[in-house]
Amino acid sequence: MKRLSIQKIALALAAPVAAAIVSLVVSSVAVLASHKSPMLAYKTMWEFGTQGGSLMEALNSATPYYIAAIAIAVTFQAGLFNIGVEGQLRLGALFSAYIGAMFTLPPVLHVLAVFIVAMTIGGIWASIAAYLKVKRGVNEVISTIMLNSLAVGMTSFLFAKYFAVITEGSNNMTTKELPTTAWFPDLVPLLTKLGLPEIQGASVNGMLVIAIALGFIFWFVVNRTRFGFELRASGANPIAARVSGVNSKKMTVVALVISGAIAGLSGLPAVLGETHAYNMGFRSGIGFSAIAVALLGRNSAGGMAFSALLFGFLEVSSRALELIDIAPETYVIMQGSILLSSVIAYEVVRRFKLTLQSKELAKAVSA
Amino acid sequence: MSVAVELRHITKRFPGVVANKDVSMKVETGTVHALVGENGAGKSTVMKILYGMQHPDSGEILVNGTTVNLKNPNDAIELGIGMVHQHFMLADNFTVLENIILGAEPKHGVTIDFKAARDKVMEMSKAYGLDIDPDILVEELGVGQRQRVEILKVLFRGANILIFDEPTAVLVPQEVDDLFGALQGLRAKGMAVIFISHKLDEVLRVADEVTVVRAGETVAEVKAKDVTPRQLAELMVGSELPQPTTHGNTRRPEVTLALKDVSIPTATGSRDLISHISFNLHAGEVVGIAGVEGNGQAELIEAIMGLRDYTGSIEFLGSSIDHLTVAHRHDLGIGLIPEDRQRQALMMNSPLWENRILGHQRGKPVMHGAILDKKATIADTKRIMQEFDVRAPGPMTAAAALSGGNQQKFIVGREMSKAPALLLASHPTRGVDVGAQGAIWEVLREARSKGMAIVLISADLEELIGMSDRLLVMLRGAITAELDPQKTTPEQLGSAMTGAA
Repeated sequence: MKRLSIQKIALALAAPVAAAIVSLVVSSVAVLASHKSPMLAYKTMWEFGTQGGSLMEALNSATPYYIAAIAIAVTFQAGLFNIGVEGQLRLGALFSAYIGAMFTLPPVLHVLAVFIVAMTIGGIWASIAAYLKVKRGVNEVISTIMLNSLAVGMTSFLFAKYFAVITEGSNNMTTKELPTTAWFPDLVPLLTKLGLPEIQGASVNGMLVIAIALGFIFWFVVNRTRFGFELRASGANPIAARVSGVNSKKMTVVALVISGAIAGLSGLPAVLGETHAYNMGFRSGIGFSAIAVALLGRNSAGGMAFSALLFGFLEVSSRALELIDIAPETYVIMQGSILLSSVIAYEVVRRFKLTLQSKELAKAVSA
Repeated sequence: MSVAVELRHITKRFPGVVANKDVSMKVETGTVHALVGENGAGKSTVMKILYGMQHPDSGEILVNGTTVNLKNPNDAIELGIGMVHQHFMLADNFTVLENIILGAEPKHGVTIDFKAARDKVMEMSKAYGLDIDPDILVEELGVGQRQRVEILKVLFRGANILIFDEPTAVLVPQEVDDLFGALQGLRAKGMAVIFISHKLDEVLRVADEVTVVRAGETVAEVKAKDVTPRQLAELMVGSELPQPTTHGNTRRPEVTLALKDVSIPTATGSRDLISHISFNLHAGEVVGIAGVEGNGQAELIEAIMGLRDYTGSIEFLGSSIDHLTVAHRHDLGIGLIPEDRQRQALMMNSPLWENRILGHQRGKPVMHGAILDKKATIADTKRIMQEFDVRAPGPMTAAAALSGGNQQKFIVGREMSKAPALLLASHPTRGVDVGAQGAIWEVLREARSKGMAIVLISADLEELIGMSDRLLVMLRGAITAELDPQKTTPEQLGSAMTGAA
């Protein structure tokens, strides 16, 4: 029995370790190709990335990734694929910044109201794909990709034409600043009170708390509720799910709309916690990176937290590569190779596990 | 005739398991020799040993009279042993000829001598009656023809001892006939053919001799012409076969299910999938629906379960269920054993305990309100595994790791656990071994005596006749006859099903 548990641990570690090694090798080749020492590159990244300020930045970068990854995971669990997170979060961010600045409410209520706006907009946008899928049989992958283009175009148009205010003497266009009641507090003051050393100019986006809470809710709903079971059953075997009494059309709609609503939230760390408005500098590509985060994290709350942090860390620490004359885009190669090798490694381990189980079974049968 | 292959007292242990305890068999040239046994009896281990894929712990292998030591399949191929696998290993985008010579190409210096290869293949194909066009792409071939390519591949490598691992599992009846024709051809040419199967009627059709293994031991070596399928089956399981029978009349006055003029029209307006079906089913009664597959039986079950729209009305326990969802019908007490268990009743990659929930996710014991009760589910999964003899390490094992028979026992156990008033059982014992079959029949018998109503669909006519209180024959979507199973033979039922009666 003991041997078996060691085996189980080894199996659990095999995939991530193998993936890490392969991706290190691939990234090293990339660094070598620019005639630099990979060891120096990693050392520089590590030294820069593990500084307090960098770690906080990595957290800030990971927060929207994580929320968006949860949005994608909701659909993955149901056997669907919402590629449209990018569009949903952009529209959500723009409208919540615009509408949120139109009124004032008491502090907590105001933030909640903005949340509702973002979730509603994201959900409505995703519901278009849901409608097309259920009523017209349009594959949601295709429709969400196209809705992305539409959303990006629409946000630019609405923003430039109607929502932006021109600031004197600045080229930056931005929506009207949100009243402070809608600001999401920074966590640094709280953390310093808890005994964390003070770091100059550091900030930890308060939406981190929301992301963590969402992670817990996601875990609980998916693994411990009837809805979550039916969601997973629809993904694992849609036909059997239908036979078991799951209304597959309803499940498709619900999964996509929830996904869109969560996607809407993932634009808020920037809007509520950083810029307090929607501006031209709004970070693009979160919705796409989040696909990788969800894949790497295997759609589990814990796994995605890990991969969001890893991506955040790589993104921030790779900025140091410029100092030693390596293109910081090397981190994109790292992300890609980690993702690819881990997807492969997990599949290999999954098959191996199944064979192992069959062998155990042979034993049980003959016993 | 001489002995081509002989196995003497082969023993093979895997950690914790003895796959073969004492297997002996003697295969003569110019014969078809069947190796039969239940799943897990050790058939495939024997073959893997003979093909050099595994090594016996003790015992001897003799090929053409001399003791050999097979280290790997290459050794076996060198000795003229060839294996036709159940799952074909062909390159789709290669032609038949290319596939046959792949890995054993006749060379012409450094280039492949396609002409020599083609001549040899054509000659073989003629000699053994394995008709095939060598220049067609394999992707264009049907299953039966692919198998033919596999056989030619093995012959091309000079095999005169051919092992067929469950060759008919993937074939339709017509293709089975062709294969058996080919086997006769091989036999006539003096080849030794070893035929592994658990389909006994096929074995008796094609084989000259039969070796029966049970629990890793040879229990009998018989001539095919001296045994009946039933005797062979009893040798396989080591006891008398379970019979599909029910005792006495357990029918109660109350009507469980009533169909009135139920039809499923097609969108195109052509012939209804099922048309004007009406019958009453009482508690404690089994109604068997007989019919050649594709005559509306599956659709009838789907209509009752609410998986398809229909016209007419269905009453369950005295009230109409026409407007109820699938979920609602489940919860009212309709149990379902679907015809395709892997597609319709299981999440293959999920553990058994999660599969326990499927179809029952709206009630106890697996749910506590809308919250999943994992502990209770696992406990209840263990109960099912014990009561229904589901052989698996535990509730955490993935459904995919179980054999078909154990998957089916699990599904039966799962459906019975809510004690449904009505059970829709589609092919409840299809593809399961004899032991599991008997166990499933016993479950149905007992439930019937407790007042459960059962709609039984089966392609196994003996099962249908033996288990049913009443038989309805379906042909092209309509009920064409009602028969009394006590006065019906399988032959009569068969002709009623085809509309010949």
